[in-house]
Amino acid sequence: MSTAARKKSLIWDYLTTVDHKKIAILYLIAGGLFFLIGGLEALLMRIQLMKPNNDFLNGDLFNQVMTMHGTTMIFFAATPLLFALMNAVVPLQIGARDVAFPFLNALGFWLFFFGGVFLNCSWFLGGAPDAGWTSYASLSLESPGHGIDFYLLGLQISGFGTLISGINFLVTIVTMRAPGMTFMRMPMFTWTTFVASALILFAFPPLTVGLLLLMLDRLFGANFFDPALGGNTIIYEHLFWIFGHPEVYILVLPAFGIFSEVIATFSRKRLFGYSSMVFAVVLIGFLGFMVWAHHMFTVGLGPVANAIFAVATMTIAVPTGIKIFNWLFTMWGGNIRFTTPMLYAVSFIPSFVMGGVTGVMLASAPADYQYHDTYFVVAHFHYVIVGGVVFALLAGTHYWWPKMFGKMLNEALGKITFVLFFVGFHLTFFIQHFLGLMGMPRRVFTFLPNQGLDTGNLVSTIGAFFMTAGVIILLINVVISSISGKKAEADAWGVGRTLEWAVSSPAPEYNFAQIPLVRGLDAYWLEKMEGKKGLTPAEPLGDIHMPNPSVLPFVISLGLFVSAFGFLYHNDYSWGLPVAILGLVITFGSMFLRSIIDDYGFHIHKDEIIEAEKKGVKA
Amino acid sequence: MKKWLHSWRLLSLFSVMALLLAGCGKPFLSTLQPAGEVADKQYSLMLLSTAIMVLVVIVVTIIFVYVVIRFRQRKGQENKIPKQVEGNHKLEITWTVIPIILLIILAVPTVKAAFDLADVKPMNKEKRDKDTLVVNVRANLYWWEFEYPDYGVITSQDLVVPTNERVYFNVKASDVKHSFWIPAVGGKIDANNDNKNQFWLEFDQKDAEKANGIFYGKCAELCGPSHALMDFKVKAVPREEFNQWIEKMKNAKPVVTDPVAKQGEAIFNKSCIGCHAVTPVDKRPEQARTAPNLGNFGDRERIAGVLEHNEENLKKWLKDPESVKPGNKMTGTYGQLTDEQIDALAKYLMSLKVE
Repeated sequence: MSTAARKKSLIWDYLTTVDHKKIAILYLIAGGLFFLIGGLEALLMRIQLMKPNNDFLNGDLFNQVMTMHGTTMIFFAATPLLFALMNAVVPLQIGARDVAFPFLNALGFWLFFFGGVFLNCSWFLGGAPDAGWTSYASLSLESPGHGIDFYLLGLQISGFGTLISGINFLVTIVTMRAPGMTFMRMPMFTWTTFVASALILFAFPPLTVGLLLLMLDRLFGANFFDPALGGNTIIYEHLFWIFGHPEVYILVLPAFGIFSEVIATFSRKRLFGYSSMVFAVVLIGFLGFMVWAHHMFTVGLGPVANAIFAVATMTIAVPTGIKIFNWLFTMWGGNIRFTTPMLYAVSFIPSFVMGGVTGVMLASAPADYQYHDTYFVVAHFHYVIVGGVVFALLAGTHYWWPKMFGKMLNEALGKITFVLFFVGFHLTFFIQHFLGLMGMPRRVFTFLPNQGLDTGNLVSTIGAFFMTAGVIILLINVVISSISGKKAEADAWGVGRTLEWAVSSPAPEYNFAQIPLVRGLDAYWLEKMEGKKGLTPAEPLGDIHMPNPSVLPFVISLGLFVSAFGFLYHNDYSWGLPVAILGLVITFGSMFLRSIIDDYGFHIHKDEIIEAEKKGVKA
Repeated sequence: MKKWLHSWRLLSLFSVMALLLAGCGKPFLSTLQPAGEVADKQYSLMLLSTAIMVLVVIVVTIIFVYVVIRFRQRKGQENKIPKQVEGNHKLEITWTVIPIILLIILAVPTVKAAFDLADVKPMNKEKRDKDTLVVNVRANLYWWEFEYPDYGVITSQDLVVPTNERVYFNVKASDVKHSFWIPAVGGKIDANNDNKNQFWLEFDQKDAEKANGIFYGKCAELCGPSHALMDFKVKAVPREEFNQWIEKMKNAKPVVTDPVAKQGEAIFNKSCIGCHAVTPVDKRPEQARTAPNLGNFGDRERIAGVLEHNEENLKKWLKDPESVKPGNKMTGTYGQLTDEQIDALAKYLMSLKVE
């Protein structure tokens, strides 16, 4: 079957694709959409908190908006947007033609997508979850309506997706590296993806267990978290944070990876202290599992536990500090070009240091009794997640946009977005440190006048509008680029170092006509410095074996989506149980089909490749 | 901690920071104006950690600004390729070791304070000292109960404590999790529904005077729609005054003379007494105490924890509790009352005083 013969409608193409590059675009669109929804929710909260005793949102609605903001941003915006970049870049960076399991890759996406859609259906079906993104057991058990059930089922579905994607990246990076690409020659973004995937593997199961037990309590009459019947709510907190803390690193390590790429590229220098950077990433990933109880200092675990977790938490500052200084010294002596991605990367350093140092302050358990559950914490984790992860996503999106879409984003608009977003970010969150110290608890839907909290909240709200303006300009930039954007070269920025910049933009379906031979760190840069145009091939040109597209990942996920509605309503309506079973039949039936149908894929013929490469070189 | 602080060079930075931060917030609410031993300890840890962290931020910023300005691309350098440096062992060891030292400086007082603040031995002695005050705090959707077990006295919403001594607390929740926090006096501890947490606080007399004798207390754990409104107040008074108060509380009985208030009492006894007690001495088990004790309602600082304490607001609260505190448990439990009945009820409730 030839490439031309397989041309179907665009929508069908994307529904059935197993190509990592197209899945990356799906992740980017879906994650971007959820990011806008989560951002809108944030804006609504800031409007409510603009002045004391405001009545824009009532207490109940505010709690829903607040819960959905956190849940959406962590699970359905930050994680998938990182997956978008990982999918777009990692196979290219390691010189592979796709991920190890293309089918699973698509399945991971559709599970995430249907989980997110399911959760957001709650808005139209009696109200969203309202117990915070942590959904602590006592409150989430009391919560009336089905909001929390949407949260539990939605997150379990998308959790499968995340776990599958994580395993896929692990296997891909272990088995699919091009000849010569040893572990210590892997680009930093690939390294961080590798470690983050390992964290996913170990962190998501405890979350799944916590959510499952809570679901059994709420929907199936179990009593794991009912103290009156011998249950214990603190177990839920442990389960949640054994996942929850590594989750921070699942998000921020790939962010570190993106910055490492961007900073090295636009300083035109190799990453300073590469091996210590790798060491630091692995160490952070490991320590990330040892510190979860610092989210629970005020629960009453006692001084021994608190002291141990306090000191353990502080140790994370050491590898993080190593990374900060390595970035600074990568730029030291460089030839720094301030493109839009570089602006984000550069401004990330002081912003993230702010979030990092408040993290160490929070680690000091007795002082944390004051900070805990106040706006100080809100400020801290937004400095880490916005100043770290969102800046990285914006940097990465601008940086790899040409590689994903073949067109450049407008630099002038990009810089305007940056300024608005940067100013808005600090305006919104810096003052919140002080609001917290001045006695403002977090997750409050309003505050009373005469407590000295009015000005700070107003300033914070103004900042939120700046960020909103920045995001709107980014959207305009995307539209303009897709209509009239400048066509991107293979080496779109002219200073690319890693393998993805050696293939045309966007990369051809098969990525590399010939799998390259990697001769060191920054493989493409090495070749360029030796005056070569392309990479050294590691194999002769030949037919390339490709996987067939399949609609089954979509159908498997759809089955779980249908089934979730059945389980959610099985106590209320008689159709609940049949629908739940129907959904499971769809899912397992599709899995059965996948197992028994032999699918040998297809080959792209050598002549087609030669022709495509000629076109690619011209463009 | 003080000893080594004096010998430490950060001291000057410390005092500047303390001055800056002291301007922040209100003396009855802000953690930056500590009003007791616990808050003081926490505040000095906060200052110490802030000082170290400001130092880190300054160092990073200086290098950062230098690098960004010095090594930016200049005109005509578009094609310059800088030297590709792999790393530098000495530098890398330096920025590994210095943070470790800084963290040890912070870790030692952290661990010490963690144990100090958890020292609740005096409250758990076989036979406690007569003067050791213990308060049982019970958090409920959206109100607080304070029980003085050694005196058999119960009050709600307004905690009364003696100053200049350690007061010990048993903290728990009767429905969902809450968190007991008096920012100016010390950090919070969670009110769990599956165990009892113990900790202590100390209220400083001078600082209490600065805050006009009243500290603000907050719920710091999301507990539902009215989480933001689950405030309480703390009256910190000298020990003698406290002793007088607790004596009055022990013997308090509603004394109703006004005829309108008498009417109110009748309505109360019909519609409210199932949940609310009107004497501070309430022998019922805590499961039966499903609503705030109103024994000294007339002395309270706020209506429902948030409104100014006057009859007007009390009527507003009785008429439509949902509009004041969404999701509260009182709404709809006592039927529809006429305006006259509410007036009478308000009069009666305001007469419940011990002071």
